[in-house]
Parts: sequence; structure tokens; C-alpha cells
Amino acid sequence: MLFNYLKITLTVLKRRKFFTFISLFGISFTLTILVVTTAFFDHLVAAGYPEANRDNSLYVWNIKEKDTKNGGSSSGPVSFSFINTYIRTLKTPAKIAAVSMFNNLNIYLNNHKIKVMYRYTDANFWDVTSFEFLEGKSYTAQNIANNDYVVVINDHVRDQYVGKGQSAVGKMIEIDNVNYRIIGVVKGCPVTRLHTTSDLYFPYNTSKADLKKTSLRGDYMALILPNNPEDKLKIQEEFRAVAAKIKPTKTGDKWFNPDKLYVFADTYFVSFTRELKGSGDSDGSAFIISILIGIIFLFMSLPAINLVNINMSRIMERASEIGVRKAFGASSKRLVMQFVIENIILTFIGGFIALILSSLVIFYINQSDLIPYIDLSFNWKVFSIAILISLLFGLLSGVYPAWRMSKLQVVDALKY
Amino acid sequence: MIQLKNIEKVYRTATIETVALNKVNLDIEKGEFVSIMGPSGCGKSTLLNIIGLLDEPSKGQVEIDGKQTNGLSDAQLASFRNQTLGFIFQSFHLINDLPVLDNVELPLLYRNVSSAERRRLASEALEKVGLSNRMKHYPNQLSGGQKQRVAIARAIVGQPEIILADEPTGNLDSNMGNEIMDILLTLNQRDKATIVMVTHDENMAKRTHRLIRLFDGSQVS
Repeated sequence: MLFNYLKITLTVLKRRKFFTFISLFGISFTLTILVVTTAFFDHLVAAGYPEANRDNSLYVWNIKEKDTKNGGSSSGPVSFSFINTYIRTLKTPAKIAAVSMFNNLNIYLNNHKIKVMYRYTDANFWDVTSFEFLEGKSYTAQNIANNDYVVVINDHVRDQYVGKGQSAVGKMIEIDNVNYRIIGVVKGCPVTRLHTTSDLYFPYNTSKADLKKTSLRGDYMALILPNNPEDKLKIQEEFRAVAAKIKPTKTGDKWFNPDKLYVFADTYFVSFTRELKGSGDSDGSAFIISILIGIIFLFMSLPAINLVNINMSRIMERASEIGVRKAFGASSKRLVMQFVIENIILTFIGGFIALILSSLVIFYINQSDLIPYIDLSFNWKVFSIAILISLLFGLLSGVYPAWRMSKLQVVDALKY
Repeated sequence: MIQLKNIEKVYRTATIETVALNKVNLDIEKGEFVSIMGPSGCGKSTLLNIIGLLDEPSKGQVEIDGKQTNGLSDAQLASFRNQTLGFIFQSFHLINDLPVLDNVELPLLYRNVSSAERRRLASEALEKVGLSNRMKHYPNQLSGGQKQRVAIARAIVGQPEIILADEPTGNLDSNMGNEIMDILLTLNQRDKATIVMVTHDENMAKRTHRLIRLFDGSQVS
């Protein structure tokens, strides 16, 4: 019997090409978009090279000062001295790293101008991240103490400078009229790794900025690595207590004189939601997650409505067939089963097409140079959930009209 | 074989009540070939549908082969139709998505019959109606007469004791109509099938054992 259902389904799908195309297009296109989008989202949020510790880490990124009387607020990255004074003094963390925001500059290599990103970091940066060194090593606290002018470059700069696969360590490189010794070469990472991506990494001692300046705001962020994942909450609590004692900047300005200060040690995702939608002590994550779920739900409801619509017309169109089958001995249960199996098969074919399409799209994005170093991966969990949701909608949308039609008197079904 | 007792069928809408059948009593013997005639709208097809358990009477009882059919569940009715009844419709009601052989196999799908056995029986039924060379065709590749012959093959493939034909020649020219009538007569005489046929054609009706006339939902002869 199951084989017959399968045969009937394939025959029906084959002969009603337009319906089949619309149904399959709806299912596979939506699933593909969903899988590729979540692969992007996953890539942005989840741990990945060179931030393998991301899930365990905490980030102190922005500091926000608010003038509750005049209503103004100002926010931006914390300063290097802020990290030294308020974060490096925390007792619970295993490691604390300081890294500047990225900047761009033009450098001339072999008479070619290339635009590169650069950052300043401390030595701990290389311990909290998981960069792969293609050659050489990272700079150490000793290099910084010695005020060594060294630099870690990525393979992109290395290939431009000495040629693909050639050794660059030990060579001097002139950047912005200053000579640096190349101490290490790392495998590059995509720009989507916002806290670590760069072409050049300098030790902070080479920065021209006054790092001793005691302002709260500056150009740095702190990456905090706990001893174990359970310590994250303790660190957040400890930092909250420290932050509560920090006094806002006295500007003496008539229009903006902050009296409230907000700075948190957040997980990676929350550090973004706080930036996007945080307000006061609220981190905005609930709002952002609701929005994301809402978008996915809306997006999934499109193929669902499409399926309901198609199923309704498909089944109405086949009312006469239902009548004939009933006349010749099919019970309502069997007819509903037939339509259920048709919908399951349709959904799985759509899912299979989506699997191929999304794998191709992900492969293409990874291979193309649209985003250098990007490493999207197929998210089986999301794909399986999406297939289940499609299946559920497919079943509900197929079962209900089939059940209604199967309950008709045969003579009425034959009239359609 | 078929006993109808005080069958009434009333169609009700919010404002109108239409009596389609009014106290019809009928007794059809096993092996009989009965035709039902009457003007359009007199209730012929409604009566045939009630005999075929495709529709429920508003009142009265239908007994087929000694079995009281009132109150049977959906699954019981389905099984009973499958085992005992075969239908031939004026507009054929073939499933256009399926080839001829699959259309003919349909009643056997709802029995425990192996795939090979279904093929064999369906091929035999198609041979009986002279269409063994059209097994792989689709209904829309056939003429009206060929479609009706496929419908007859489908009706007889499960060897039901009763065949119900609703104007089987209504959509066909007279030559085709006579061919179909010949097949039905053969089924009745050779295979001893009990046949109830609704028709508008006096000549076809004259070839059957008995003629029942309806007028305004009542049996007049």
C-alpha cells in the first residue's frame, strides 16, 4: 500500500508540473534562505577561528555615560588605562587581554599600495585567541617591556610583501615611516570576527597615542577569559561591583554633564544587543532574540501559507478523484493517509533540493572572495528544525482539507 | 439481492425542501438486469446512488445481499462497496493522472491483493472490454467509448455481484452506446452479474429484464 501511495504521489507530482514547481520552489527557496542566513548568523555569533574561546569569554567593549538631567548620553570604547585600572585588577578571570579597535592605513609593498587594517594589542591577546601561526610567533610581554618595534602580519600581507608561501619572519617592514621587524605570520580571519580581524597586529607600546591618559573612554576593548565557564557569572558580578564605584567623567559642560555610567562585562552576543538595543541596565538581548524569532516565524509562515493555499486548491481539484476512490472502497482514513504521504514526500523533496542549494550557496560564498577568509558551515540543526516545521505545516495544511473532503458523501465529491 | 424499503430522499436548504424520492420500494433479484427510466430530475440517479451506498436516504432502509446497510461506519461502508458493488458513471470518472491499467486496478488497491495479482486481474478485465492494447495510455488519450470501457473494466475487476451504471451510454454516440450495452449484457448473462442501469434510452432499456419508471421521485411502474 505504501508503495502505491508513493507511486501515486510521484505520478501526481510529475503530471501537475506547475503545482509541483510552485510547492517545491516555496519549500526549497525558503529553507535555502533560512539555512544560509542562519549560517551567516552562526558565523557572526558562534565561536570560530580565531575566537575559539568566544563562548567562554566576556567582553568589555563600550562605556556609556548619561546625563539624566539634560537627557544626553555619550558612549564609546573604553580606554587602555580603564582596562588597566578597572579590569586587570579583577580577581576571578584567568586572563585579560586588551585590543584596540581596528583602523586602516595605506602601506607600500614592492611599489604597490595596499590598504590594510591594523590593531594594537597586549601580549595576552595571543593567549585568549586561537590564531594559527604559519611561521614565527607572537610578541611577548618582554617584547613590550623592551619597547621592541615588532609586528605580526597575516598571510595576505605576507603574500603581498615577500610572495606566496615565502618566509617573512625576521624581515623588516616599513609602515607609516617606521620600521618594524616581522615576528610572526598568522592565518588571516574574516572581517566578520570584529574583535580580532586585522592585517597587522602591533604591540601597544608602538602606539603613538597616550595610553597613560586617565580618561574612561578610549579606543580599546577587553577580552576576559575565565578559568572555567562557571566563573563567567562571578566575573560579571565582580565587575558590576567595580563599575558601580566608577565616577562619570566631569565635563563641566553646561549641556552635557553625565551623572550615570554604564559599563558591563558581557558575553559576545549580549555585547552587541546592548549596543543595538540596550538601555540602562537592560542588555536588549530579549528584545533582539524576540525580533529574530519573529523574523524567522514570519519567514517560515510564507511557505506555510503557500503550502496551505496550494494544498487546498490541489485537494479541491482532486475532489472527484476522492469521490471515485471512496466509491471503489477507500475509507476516509486511507484517503487522509494518501494526502499525508503526498505532503511528506513533497516536503522531503523540497528539503533535499534545499540541502543541495544551500550547500552550493555556502560553498560558493566560502570559495569566492566576497568576504575573504569566511568559513560558513551548514547548520544541520537549523535545517532539521526548518524541515520539521515545513513538514508540520505541510501535514496540517494537507490533512485538514483532505479530511474535510473525505467526510463528504461520495455523491457530493463526484459533483466537483 | 437488493431491497429498498420506503426510501425517501429530501434535499433541504434554508428556504426550500425538495423531495427527490418518495417512499420507493424495490426488490431486485440476483442476476437481474434492471433499468430505471424517467424524465430529468425525477430521482433516477439519486435512487442509484442510494442503492450504491454513495448517498444516504433521508428515510427508509437499504438491504443488499441480506445485509442491512443503515448505520454502517465509514470504514464498513467502504469495505462493503469494495467487495459487493461496481460503478459505471455517465462521465466515466477516471483518474486522469493514472494510466488505464492503474485506473482499472483501483478497487483492488483497497483489498489485500498483491501487486502482480492486481496487474493480472486488471489486464484480464481490460481484455474483456477489448482494451488490452491501451493499458499504458492515459484517459485523456482515449475516445469516449474507450473511456467507458475502461470504466466498465474498473467496475468488474473486483468481480462484484452488483454493477450500478448511471447512464453509461449517455455521453456516447449510438454505435458506441450499443457496444457498451453489449458488454453489459454479456456481463449479466455470462458472469451472472446483477445490473441496475439508469438510462434515458428506451431502446437500451428494452434490452434489460425489467424497467422501473420514476416520476417526481415516485415509482410509477
